[in-house]
Amino acid sequence: MGVSPSGRDRLVQLLTSDGVRREHPDFNYDGDLPSVAELYRQMVLVRRVDTEGFALQRHGELGLWPPSLGQEAVLVGGAAALGPTDFVYPTYREMLLGWLLGVSISDLLSVWRGSSHGGWDSHRHRFGPMSIVIGSHPLHATGHALGLAMRGQSDSAVIAYFGDGASSQGDVMEAIELAVLQQVPVVFFCQNNQFAISHPVARQSAVPIVQRADGFGLPGIQIDGNDVLACHAVTQAALKQAREGGGPTLIEAITYRMGPHTTSDDPTRYRDAAEVESWRARDPIDRVRAYLATEGWEPAFFDDVDREAEALGESVRAACLAIPEPDLAAWFDNVYAEQTGELRSQQAEYVAWRQQYGGVA
Amino acid sequence: MTELSLAKAINAGLQAALAADDRVVLLGEDIGRLGGVFRVTDGLQAEFGEGRVIDTPVAESGIVGTAIGLAHTGFRPVVEIQFDGFVYPAYDQIVTQLARHYNRTAGHLPMPVVIRIPYGGGIGAVEHHSESPEGQFVLTPGLKVVTPATAEDGYWMIQQAIEAEDPVIFLEPKRLYWQTGSVDLDATPTSLWSSVVRREGTDATLIAYGPTVSTCLEAAEVAESDGVDLAVIDLRSLSPLDLEPVYASVRQTGRAVVVHEAARTLGLGAEIASRVMQECFYSLEAPVQRVAGYDVPYPPSRVEDDYLPGLDRILDTVEAILNDEWQTESTGDGQWGQQGQTG
Repeated sequence: MGVSPSGRDRLVQLLTSDGVRREHPDFNYDGDLPSVAELYRQMVLVRRVDTEGFALQRHGELGLWPPSLGQEAVLVGGAAALGPTDFVYPTYREMLLGWLLGVSISDLLSVWRGSSHGGWDSHRHRFGPMSIVIGSHPLHATGHALGLAMRGQSDSAVIAYFGDGASSQGDVMEAIELAVLQQVPVVFFCQNNQFAISHPVARQSAVPIVQRADGFGLPGIQIDGNDVLACHAVTQAALKQAREGGGPTLIEAITYRMGPHTTSDDPTRYRDAAEVESWRARDPIDRVRAYLATEGWEPAFFDDVDREAEALGESVRAACLAIPEPDLAAWFDNVYAEQTGELRSQQAEYVAWRQQYGGVA
Repeated sequence: MTELSLAKAINAGLQAALAADDRVVLLGEDIGRLGGVFRVTDGLQAEFGEGRVIDTPVAESGIVGTAIGLAHTGFRPVVEIQFDGFVYPAYDQIVTQLARHYNRTAGHLPMPVVIRIPYGGGIGAVEHHSESPEGQFVLTPGLKVVTPATAEDGYWMIQQAIEAEDPVIFLEPKRLYWQTGSVDLDATPTSLWSSVVRREGTDATLIAYGPTVSTCLEAAEVAESDGVDLAVIDLRSLSPLDLEPVYASVRQTGRAVVVHEAARTLGLGAEIASRVMQECFYSLEAPVQRVAGYDVPYPPSRVEDDYLPGLDRILDTVEAILNDEWQTESTGDGQWGQQGQTG
């Protein structure tokens, strides 16, 4: 099962929105039913964390939250498809994929609470810093993959996630071009959620984003981004091909941002409720539940997952409130690996000024 | 001691760094078979192979972004930007990404990346080939910025920059590429982050870096024939700044002139003048002067000699402050200026 250009001929869907399995000539989900149930569980948990993040913003505990509601299949399918040493370059929309890889919820929330700019151990969790400047990080993925290739490290690949909005950025084009020319092990994964804040994808790209693969000379696969089985199968195949020296792949996952761009956004100004409703029928979680039910999966499982999700939601809130306050004095230590005298001097100046007013030394 | 041009000295420094550490890789446009448009990487691809001296497509942002990813996997990339004016397509990757990954990841992703940029004017070039963008990098936290002015510094400073754990913008004064100097290949080099006194003097202190160091040394020789004794300090490191030797000299001379090719407004001269005033206030006999490029786009090459700080402008400025005749300026901008013009 290779990633060939033939995959571009039609959207890869392995599970319909009604929960019916479909065959595809090139891609196949090879997990068993318990594995599907685990994907379901993870999607429910991711959605619960996301919902809690949204609520925490509304309660004033977070400054901002970029929801991933409706896009859980990409995150969960992607995380499950990663090999043990594959590395992810995310945007904020894939934040909870990092949680699935072991980044603590506190480290993720602290960005939106105004307590840090990230700070997790990217190597340990195989999860790079979240790109906030749209489209800047696929280049880092290309460079990382070039490094793997130069070291002859054929057991690892890199995946860069970006949105339809980022597909307009020149850096994304340069990343793809450089990766194709060097045939390095990287997968470019575009989450087309239909909007760059308010700008619809039809006004961002004159052709389907996947079609750009032709011009760059790499395989392009369009998948149902709300189908976790397709997300898993295609991501896994593309990563495997990359590891085996087959070069990069462009995946375009067709999905929909059910929520606002961030908690500061008001999507009612630019899209119809009817359109949102039509996508609700294609929900990534409901279809897996329907499929599992059809297959006779134990009904109590769904209740157990819901209970686990509720407890998780409470723990997310507790973790948020327990995030330590940042210290501006310590911030000076984090600019250079080799601190400069100038910054040491400004740091001392700040600490002395703060002490004058009874602040912490 | 070996006699080398600045370009050859940097080439020898790169060769030594590539030989010493296999994590060092070079990326850039035309740096391989061609050896770079200034031949600074001449022969390095033949010696170290296409895997370590990598010819890239013409995509500056892509080159720097790729270098960042390489650094994530433990490499120490050295990027060549072909000309100063071509760095701007990579500006976002440099200031938003390269400068901040260490900070953003709380130290988990250090960025030992060197960006080499031939800079400055005086070679009769077309637009975009004579810029002095140092200020834009100096004001970016997370970057360090250095510039050699001699062949010896070219040889050692490039190796020290590559060994540094932080991103370094390495500015090469292109009109000095062909200027030769003796290089001690066995020397113990001065710290990369230190300025050096190129010439002691008692009447006024000239503060220079990169291409203006040799101009200031020439000016000091001319002044000496007129009985004026000028000190010349080569900053070498623009970020961080090492101004202790400057303060020591100005406390003695009471007069300071900063000389750079970059435009005057918000150039390094402004920062240095501010710090000198802070540290040497009671020693100053005159306001700190700036001899710099004008606040205009770099001019066509037939008039660049008048744009660049040359001997005459430097010596006229020195003469003025020695005679308490420094110029003050009224820009004519703003409402008072408008009234002045109409009334």
